[in-house]
Amino acid sequence: MRSDPREFQLSAPATIEAALDRVSREPRVWQPFAGGTDLMVLFEAGKLQHKHFLSLWRLRELRGISADSQFVTIGALTTYSDILRNSILQDEFPLLCQAASETGGIATQNRGTLGGNIANASPAADSPPALLVYDAEIHLISASGTRRMPYSEFHTGYKKVSMRPDELIHSIRLLRGSKNLRECFRKVGTRRAQAISKVCFAARVETNGNRVRAARIALGSVAPTVIRCYKTEAALQGGANIAEATNLLYGEITPIDDMRSTARYRTRVAQNLLEQFLREAGLR
Amino acid sequence: MQREPYIGSAVPRKEGREKATGRARYVDDLSFPGMIYGATVRSAIPRGRIRGIHFDPAIAWNEFTVVTARDIPGKNVIALIVDDQPCLAEQLINHPEEPVVLLAHADPYVLEKARRAVRIETEPLPAVFTIEDSLAKKEVVWGEDNIFKTYLVQRGDVDAAWENAAQIVEGEYFTGAQEQLYIEPNGMIAIANPQDGVSVWGSMQCPFYVHKALAALFDLPKEKVRVIQTETGGGFGGKEEYPSMIAAHAALLAWKSGKPVKIIYDRAEDMAATTKRHPSRTRHRTAIDREGKLLAMEIDFTIDGGAYETLSPVVLSRGTIHAAGPYFCPNVRVDARAMATNAPPHGAFRGFGAPQSIFALERHFDVVARRAGLTPAEFRRRNFIRKGQSSAVGQVIHEQVEMGKLLDRALQLSDYQAKSKRFALENPTSRLKKGMGLATFMHGAGFTGSGEEYLASVVSVEASREGKIRVMAASTEIGQGTNTVFAQIAADALGLPYDWIEIAQPDTSAVPNSGPTVASRTVMIVGKLVESAALSLKQTLQRANLLSPDFTAAEFASACSNYIAAHGALKSTVQYQPPPNVHWDDVKYQGDAYSAYAWAAYVSEVSVDTTTFEIHVDDFVAVQEVGRVMNPVLATGQIEGGIAQAIGYALYENVVWREGRMMNSQMTNYIMPTSADLPPIRVFFEEQPNDYGPGGAKGIGELPMDGPAPAIANAIEAATGVSVNRIPITPEVLMEAMENVRV
Amino acid sequence: MSEASANAVVEIRCTVNAEPRAFRAYPMARLLDVLRGELQLTGTKEGCGEGECGACAILLDGELANSCLVPALHADGAAIITIEGIAGGDQLHAVQQAFLECGGAQCGICTPGMVLAAVNLLERHPNPDDAQIREGLAGNLCRCTGYMRIFEAVVQACRASGVHR
Repeated sequence: MRSDPREFQLSAPATIEAALDRVSREPRVWQPFAGGTDLMVLFEAGKLQHKHFLSLWRLRELRGISADSQFVTIGALTTYSDILRNSILQDEFPLLCQAASETGGIATQNRGTLGGNIANASPAADSPPALLVYDAEIHLISASGTRRMPYSEFHTGYKKVSMRPDELIHSIRLLRGSKNLRECFRKVGTRRAQAISKVCFAARVETNGNRVRAARIALGSVAPTVIRCYKTEAALQGGANIAEATNLLYGEITPIDDMRSTARYRTRVAQNLLEQFLREAGLR
Repeated sequence: MQREPYIGSAVPRKEGREKATGRARYVDDLSFPGMIYGATVRSAIPRGRIRGIHFDPAIAWNEFTVVTARDIPGKNVIALIVDDQPCLAEQLINHPEEPVVLLAHADPYVLEKARRAVRIETEPLPAVFTIEDSLAKKEVVWGEDNIFKTYLVQRGDVDAAWENAAQIVEGEYFTGAQEQLYIEPNGMIAIANPQDGVSVWGSMQCPFYVHKALAALFDLPKEKVRVIQTETGGGFGGKEEYPSMIAAHAALLAWKSGKPVKIIYDRAEDMAATTKRHPSRTRHRTAIDREGKLLAMEIDFTIDGGAYETLSPVVLSRGTIHAAGPYFCPNVRVDARAMATNAPPHGAFRGFGAPQSIFALERHFDVVARRAGLTPAEFRRRNFIRKGQSSAVGQVIHEQVEMGKLLDRALQLSDYQAKSKRFALENPTSRLKKGMGLATFMHGAGFTGSGEEYLASVVSVEASREGKIRVMAASTEIGQGTNTVFAQIAADALGLPYDWIEIAQPDTSAVPNSGPTVASRTVMIVGKLVESAALSLKQTLQRANLLSPDFTAAEFASACSNYIAAHGALKSTVQYQPPPNVHWDDVKYQGDAYSAYAWAAYVSEVSVDTTTFEIHVDDFVAVQEVGRVMNPVLATGQIEGGIAQAIGYALYENVVWREGRMMNSQMTNYIMPTSADLPPIRVFFEEQPNDYGPGGAKGIGELPMDGPAPAIANAIEAATGVSVNRIPITPEVLMEAMENVRV
Repeated sequence: MSEASANAVVEIRCTVNAEPRAFRAYPMARLLDVLRGELQLTGTKEGCGEGECGACAILLDGELANSCLVPALHADGAAIITIEGIAGGDQLHAVQQAFLECGGAQCGICTPGMVLAAVNLLERHPNPDDAQIREGLAGNLCRCTGYMRIFEAVVQACRASGVHR
């Protein structure tokens, strides 16, 4: 009861066009509202600053998973449950399914959406590290057109994203065809379910013997945004060993102490997870 | 009696159907005509002087009922043991969640806005937040020395024992605060006016505690105060004393507004403002001989009571008496104290001081065992107390104690030996390190010492013309099964069907004071009174020659009908009498501390992920002797639930403090176990009927809270080689410990 | 004038426990409050207000949802099942019956949400294994039971409905 619903507006445009029209005519007035699993928590806690929301929940066009020979496209309003039940994603992008299955409980997975999770821009979100290692592409739409950008460029700072106020997230696109890489997703929360991550690790490597041909490493909860660890990746591709890689990783992350964990713990566990992953990939 | 007795059988929960269908009515499900909502404005600083209260002129205050300390008709105190906790702070602030102003309004949203528009102007005073600072009198924040209460247990000559010792082992142990985290937050509804007095409905464990507090606060005669317990969604001690505060607040607002007032805490307020388990520090110094037998135990036990005394002396007492565990030692000194700090008062929580001192002891004894060159099990086995021996406070144990048998069974059921061996072989090359740990312990049932004599609880049993029975007691059903077990006891005592027994809703105007629902006393103490009252009711009918020794339910009904026609009512009331040969000396702090103990041996199997320092309990075996098991499903549920809560205490539940305030007062950030986190919890009972309990029962509810934390900490040491002496053992804590000791 | 200036109640039409209902609500009002208030369905409980405990769980269009996180607007056009709609009159659902027999309910405050989560679990996995049971109930916190009696109740409910092999 810490927020008064009379002070908030939630309106549901019937079509994407109507929604885009609204955000283009009144930019910054309206914020998108998807499944509500983050915003309603803030609402109840009396911490929801914004007052006007556009409910996109019923826009069916923005929900669903489709695939062609090149890409899998995930609509912004696709829920975690949709993701973890999808057989193509299970088969080709298991880290994303695992992230979805470890986000909240079933009730949250039924309402939480990929687009909402990304737009909320929490550094502790579970699916972004998986998206980062899959080199996901984000598709934004507005009344004036559409644009795509690498997802790795989307998060620009703590709770900041490179999206204009007149834009909505349309979908996320994943490039198919790179199966059989060694990959790993590990969410470290204090408990096994219903946890907010203290460290979230996703990685994939392609190896040739004990040489790394390609590496993708992403982490959550260790910096103001979820991050790709480019220097560590480059070093591994250049032949670095495990000790060198974990040392480089140390320089790429900037974890903090908060009520959930400590910077020391996050640092050590991020390094350990990388070490374990690389070891299991056959590196030294 | 032809049928099988109900005692010992798994009859379904009395109110189970209402709960499974959502029809059970909890306080927030109730509404009264004209009811408005209440809210609490709290201090924002841990300690200081109130200089003024400012009301934001943007709010239409004339629409609100506003209550401050000046509106209290009687004494500004939440009466409990000593009168040191105010209902509303008037001049001094002693902790950061201290209530100062109460507001009521018909619209809960408008109310919330107003709550944020009251500013308490204060002049801060220095505060203390730790046991160490309080002991050092860094600042005196309570009385003359910050000490609420001390106890000293002296047995034999500890000081003379050290020189003969083969080994002397010292250790220091810490336990953190723990939130009860009942899933139903606290709440009360009050109707109050000078003509009719004060009535409250709400979620609580102890209606007569609330009654006492309201009578003092309003300066009303007892009959003008009425307290009714509504269906209560869990308590665990957390609804023992704080409901008096909320009832007082709702009643003050109702008194001033003339309207029914409902106060429901949201989760954040409930977690931050209400009581939690006392944090503790325990120091042990133990002497053993060459055979690994205890020569002397010196125990220094300190708990953090928070800002007011409340129940701390009683919590301290139970912790003190349990500090030496189920062992015999000729020379014991326990020096115990409860200290003041500027945090909200810590209070009752399942176990009530015992989980703290038992954690220290059982952790310490693994260290002692190693120094003795014995296994943890063997060291304990050599020192278990036996029938005829006496405890540190001089209680001669008259019951057959089978600790060795319980331990053997727990070791066998958990496959302790084989697994310990296997883990020792596998751990050096494994990322997951596994270990087995055990704890052996006991828990005294009923109030400590002479508590039950002072309480002198009363229970009535009444029959209707149709032979239907009403059990009248103030003991509350809070999930643990009071209604069901009382009905089983009464049905067996009277030879009637279970369905014929009704348990009256606890209402201080209608039921006698059977004491608070705490201390694992409900079945053993109050249940015994239910049994006696039922038997006496039957005797009344038999003495009146209305009932033959062997009767059917229909004959019982007609006997009741005849008796009531002749005498008007059929009711029997009994009062607690201490069992023979149970004596406690309050002055010497010696004697029979409890009339019965439950005994237990628990084994936990854990794995530690050395990549993330995450700890998981993989298996848990709990073997206990709790006297007669009254209802196997309910009893098993009590043990399982207690163990789950204790696993949380050991590993997950970390209260993050900043200047006396809980910072993680959300379920998202205060981590209790989910269904995905718990091991199979395997529960086994040995039954040894207790002479003084109904059907042979002892207490059960608190026991399972005592042993799991040390069993888990011991298993972590077995797995990692690292000795962690504080709980909760979060991954962060374990990492720091493992980094200091390279493994 | 901005469309954002008019904060008004909206008409919500939905079915609740298979009965058509229409009510007016502020679109951001929590569905939990609407159910417990306007519709007087107090079987749905509030334990945390942040989607963590599951006491307020309902079935929304057949899927488990925490009603404290659902704005009233999202109920428009939806089919809602609350705990009050689980039993068939006096005939308890197999899950409810199993909760009674196995000791799945203690204090009862998590029970409505837990029963709905279990019913939903059995709809998705008619014969769940231990891991599926644990996962399916992991969003519903119980402080009394340690979950063991609840797991047993779920297995018992399968057995009772003849699915369990």
